[in-house]
Amino acid sequence: MSPAQDAPGTVRRLRPQPAGVPYFDVDEMLDTERIVVCCGSGGVGKTTTAAALALRAAERGRRVVVLTIDPARRLAQSLGLTTLDNTPREVAGIDLSAGGRLDAMMLDMKRTFDEIVLAHSSPERAQALLDNPFYQTLSSSFAGTQEYMAMEKLGQLDATDEWDLIVVDTPPTRSALDFLDAPTRLGTFLDGRLLRILLAPAKAGGRAYAKVLGAGIGMFTRVLTKVLGAQLLTDLSVFVAALETMFGGFRARADETYRLLGEQGTSFVVVAAPEAAALREASYFVDRLDADGMPLAGLVVNRTHHSDASTLTVERSLAAAENLDEHGEHPLAAAVLRIHAERARLAEREARLRERFTSAHPDTPLVEVEALAEDVHDLEGLREIGCALARVDRLEQTG
Amino acid sequence: MSGKRGAAEDVPGDDGFAEEGSADDGIGYDGGYDGGGYDDGEGLIEDAGGPWERRLHIVTGKGGTGKTTVAGALAVALATGGRRVLLTEVEGRQQIAQLFDTPPLPYQERKVASAPGGGEVFALAIDADEALLEYLEMFYNLRSAGRVLGRIGAVDFATTVAPGVRDVLLTGKVKEAVNRPDGTRPGGLAYDAVVLDAPPTGRIARFLGVTAEVAGLAKVGPIRAQADSVMAVLRPDRAAVHLVTLLEEMPVQETVDGVTELTAAGLPIGGVVINMARSPLLKVRESMQAHRGELDREEIAAGIKEAGVEPTRELVESLVWEAAQHADRVALETAQRAEVVALGRPVYELPLAADGVDVGTVYRFAELLRAQQMVG
Repeated sequence: MSPAQDAPGTVRRLRPQPAGVPYFDVDEMLDTERIVVCCGSGGVGKTTTAAALALRAAERGRRVVVLTIDPARRLAQSLGLTTLDNTPREVAGIDLSAGGRLDAMMLDMKRTFDEIVLAHSSPERAQALLDNPFYQTLSSSFAGTQEYMAMEKLGQLDATDEWDLIVVDTPPTRSALDFLDAPTRLGTFLDGRLLRILLAPAKAGGRAYAKVLGAGIGMFTRVLTKVLGAQLLTDLSVFVAALETMFGGFRARADETYRLLGEQGTSFVVVAAPEAAALREASYFVDRLDADGMPLAGLVVNRTHHSDASTLTVERSLAAAENLDEHGEHPLAAAVLRIHAERARLAEREARLRERFTSAHPDTPLVEVEALAEDVHDLEGLREIGCALARVDRLEQTG
Repeated sequence: MSGKRGAAEDVPGDDGFAEEGSADDGIGYDGGYDGGGYDDGEGLIEDAGGPWERRLHIVTGKGGTGKTTVAGALAVALATGGRRVLLTEVEGRQQIAQLFDTPPLPYQERKVASAPGGGEVFALAIDADEALLEYLEMFYNLRSAGRVLGRIGAVDFATTVAPGVRDVLLTGKVKEAVNRPDGTRPGGLAYDAVVLDAPPTGRIARFLGVTAEVAGLAKVGPIRAQADSVMAVLRPDRAAVHLVTLLEEMPVQETVDGVTELTAAGLPIGGVVINMARSPLLKVRESMQAHRGELDREEIAAGIKEAGVEPTRELVESLVWEAAQHADRVALETAQRAEVVALGRPVYELPLAADGVDVGTVYRFAELLRAQQMVG
């Protein structure tokens, strides 16, 4: 908690909602939804936001599980996530008086994939697949596996009916959009034309495909062999054959999880930092959710800076500081004026960036969360973020 | 490889200009490598420091740390004085075009900036699909076959799905640019240096460590050969991986983890660039008072009144709160800076650009990196 809050006479006011921007009712979402998905580009505080939302929902009386992908070490510790065992564990230190609870888990991508394999085949066949070098690489490093497994895990958690609300953090992909594409991409790959052609010798349909495309299957495999090497291709065929018989249609699974996201009871929260690149990604993401008919609850603009002394402009503040410096008087006041100028400048820039977003998306509800001077790594810090998200004055609430 | 030890003995002490010779010959990998502590057996550099006269500069950092800005500034700094530098990106985000305020880059090298002293910065957004087609054409004269492959999803397969292949193609293209001959230029190479705006810290070791990954799948064949030739460019005398961080817990933690992973993978680590650092505006004693909310309000009120600003109680309280935020932020940064310094790598520092980053910022940062001897 910021020490300045406790100072005599200092009241940290809630940041005013920007004029004309719809209010993001976070508490309403937390009290009614079944699934909340937090997405956004890397480094914007997505994991912290997900954890803060989950904690707040739990302390408002719901049974909540938060699925995190890659939490900061100290944040993970505060959630009791000391072992990566792919199973939700109850978080200690939660206020249970409203009847809720909070479980947390960290996604183990490879283990989730292994579990699918083990659950869908005989032990010997599962072992053969688990030992295939192609499987090992796919399950631990395929761009998209992490996203797919996050969705798979979400489906599993949802199926248990053990929780009222599931909060999902999404993987730190290069672009927020990957998150929506990845399950389909993996499904398409495992179920795609190319692999059917690769498996063609075993199937009647393969040759027909190749004819349609006007390319002999021989040329086709020759090129692939040249580029990838013959052994890789053999491993791949074995792998795909094993996977195919085991799963039937992988794409059907991907589609199923995708459908779950579009259902009533799911809300997407887009998280951004007040920076041009992050807000640009957020903008694309909002458009993409809209195009896919995915329910967007609102945008969280994290780590913003505001100034209560906005009547004192940057220019005036700097001029006043210089004036004092010239006369060699009141160095403390001059320093404080310079601090204000820097903050006001940041605040102005952030407001400009926010306005750029809101003019393109005037109907997207938005909430701004003030930057804390320190990193969040305990439940108290998460509570503070939760209050800021719900726009509840902490002092009012506790006092 | 034995020549390297010999070269290391030529190191002219630690005056920081060990690599001058190699910059002139334009090749830069047989000339004076400044590390001295490099050991072929373990792949370690013990005391390599700046300035970093390398053929290839790889810039990584956690998302949001401004690695593209730093990569751009480094490219301008390297080009300063009349050199030609290629700045590349591999994540399909067109961040370079945004940074230099140019239209989106095609799969083609374009000049995006001039540097002081007649230098030039070219840029290239490397696309794995295009790189594969180019590769097929170059080695097998198979461009039209490549198009057919594209239609049935094979290119998508090979570049997006086949693990590691995508990374081999991307780094392979970077390698090609690093080694590209050009007889018309002094030094005989098309570029004096290549800067790669690389994937984030969390993925960098895997991205660069393509050989291990691909070797598990492609034991022979052209992709394997490609991976091996990329590794040849990633030698410590030819390449350096620079890590960009903010003075916040998570980026610093990722930087520490990244250094560990890069070291374990035997990859050459360069410097750490601290970005968006705040300058402390309060004295130590004032910072403590600010932290406790105990700054002298009467003194502040008197001061701003003297400067012509009406000191309402509300204004003074707001200023005191802002000063407390500043003091806490500076304290956090000081603690995190100590963690960065403890890594034992050369550290360079760039200030917070409160107004945001534009082309002017890139040039300003390039000057700062030169002044701090990140490049000579």
